[in-house]
Amino acid sequence: MRPDLVNDLLQLTGEHLVLVLSAMSAAMLIGVPLGILLTRRAGLQRWLLGFASVMQTIPSLALFGFLIPIPFIGGIGKRTVIIALVMYALLPILRNTFVGIASVDAAVCESAVAMGMTSGQILRQVQLPLAAPTILAGIRVATVTTIGTATIAAAIGGGGLGVFIFRGVASVDTAQILAGAVPAALMALAADGGLGWVERKLSRA
Amino acid sequence: MPLVEFRDVCYEVGGRQILSDVSFSVEAGETLVLLGRSGSGKTTALKMTNGMLFPTRGEVRVEGKSTREWDPIRLKRRIGYVIQEVGLFPHFTVARNVGLVPTLDGVSADDVAQRVDRLLGEMGLPPEEYRARYPRQLSGGQRQRVGVARALAADPPLLLFDEPFGALDPVTRVELQRQFLDLRRNLQKTSIFVTHDVREALRLGTRIGLLTRGCLEVSADPQEFRNAKTEEALAFLGSLD
Repeated sequence: MRPDLVNDLLQLTGEHLVLVLSAMSAAMLIGVPLGILLTRRAGLQRWLLGFASVMQTIPSLALFGFLIPIPFIGGIGKRTVIIALVMYALLPILRNTFVGIASVDAAVCESAVAMGMTSGQILRQVQLPLAAPTILAGIRVATVTTIGTATIAAAIGGGGLGVFIFRGVASVDTAQILAGAVPAALMALAADGGLGWVERKLSRA
Repeated sequence: MPLVEFRDVCYEVGGRQILSDVSFSVEAGETLVLLGRSGSGKTTALKMTNGMLFPTRGEVRVEGKSTREWDPIRLKRRIGYVIQEVGLFPHFTVARNVGLVPTLDGVSADDVAQRVDRLLGEMGLPPEEYRARYPRQLSGGQRQRVGVARALAADPPLLLFDEPFGALDPVTRVELQRQFLDLRRNLQKTSIFVTHDVREALRLGTRIGLLTRGCLEVSADPQEFRNAKTEEALAFLGSLD
């Protein structure tokens, strides 16, 4: 590998990880509680799931473009990128949390009520543990997608491995494109494998 | 004072009358069997006893107090409930399932563990062998025993049984019925037991209440019930041989 690329590789990979981790933490902090709320407020289901689905149909480059002119959340740089990534990651997390909890065996929930558990106890001790593999599957899908989508961050000055890719495309430099694409792919594979392992652990318990 | 009292209880949902003017009372030590076909309202009556449902008219009193006045959580924890298809938590071990209600009530872990072991022993499940298992590692009959142990764990004065033995093979079923009778003899519990099996009703009940389309048609001890002459009672008795 070319020495000029090796220098940048560590820094850009680090930036990429920061983008993905911040976006995923925010998406989980928003998506899981919202998913729980959906199981309790049937009226919100159509609106929230609809909103999240629409977000997902917007091409990522276009979404970055839309966000730039918006005051406070927009502009050039990491913040805009993270907001866009959160919007993409939200749907799988939201939907899987909702579906995971809604599909817990009704007889189990009914017996929890009959035992005199409060709704908070039912949520924490019964619904969330039983829905955990499904919720985690959503987080896994969202993480893998986010790692890929984050490469477009470079287009609006967000940094990350996309910098290599955009630079490589502009200068018709295949080595540089690969220096961005291969680590991003490896990161996605590692995340997929790691989260898949946790998921299997959880569903066995 | 009766432990449970239904006073002119009606329950209507979506314009359908599930229970109509049902009145009965259950004294301490009794086993009232509610007998009826599917859809006769017997499970609804059971759910009204521990406040999972409330009457649309009339009232249900437990220990002299209307279920509407009870704290809903306290009421449910004071009443043991054994459910159709068991409803054990699949992600809890047998010990955690059985110890659930005392743990929720803040009983210390040591005391819960002791109580769990004693109950499993009483139900014929050696604790050292079964306490760490998960429900899916048990047979249907064993699961049902764990369900009964769970209902007994908080030492409630009243137990509700919702067709607990319905899904079991006939041999296991008779075994569990025998165990139920032993339990009643030893623990002096009051129970309301729902079933569609007249044989089970005659074997277990100190009194039988026959529900037909939401009405309590007969309320009699097993001896009298054998001689009941209403249409539904005859239909059930006719299924005996």
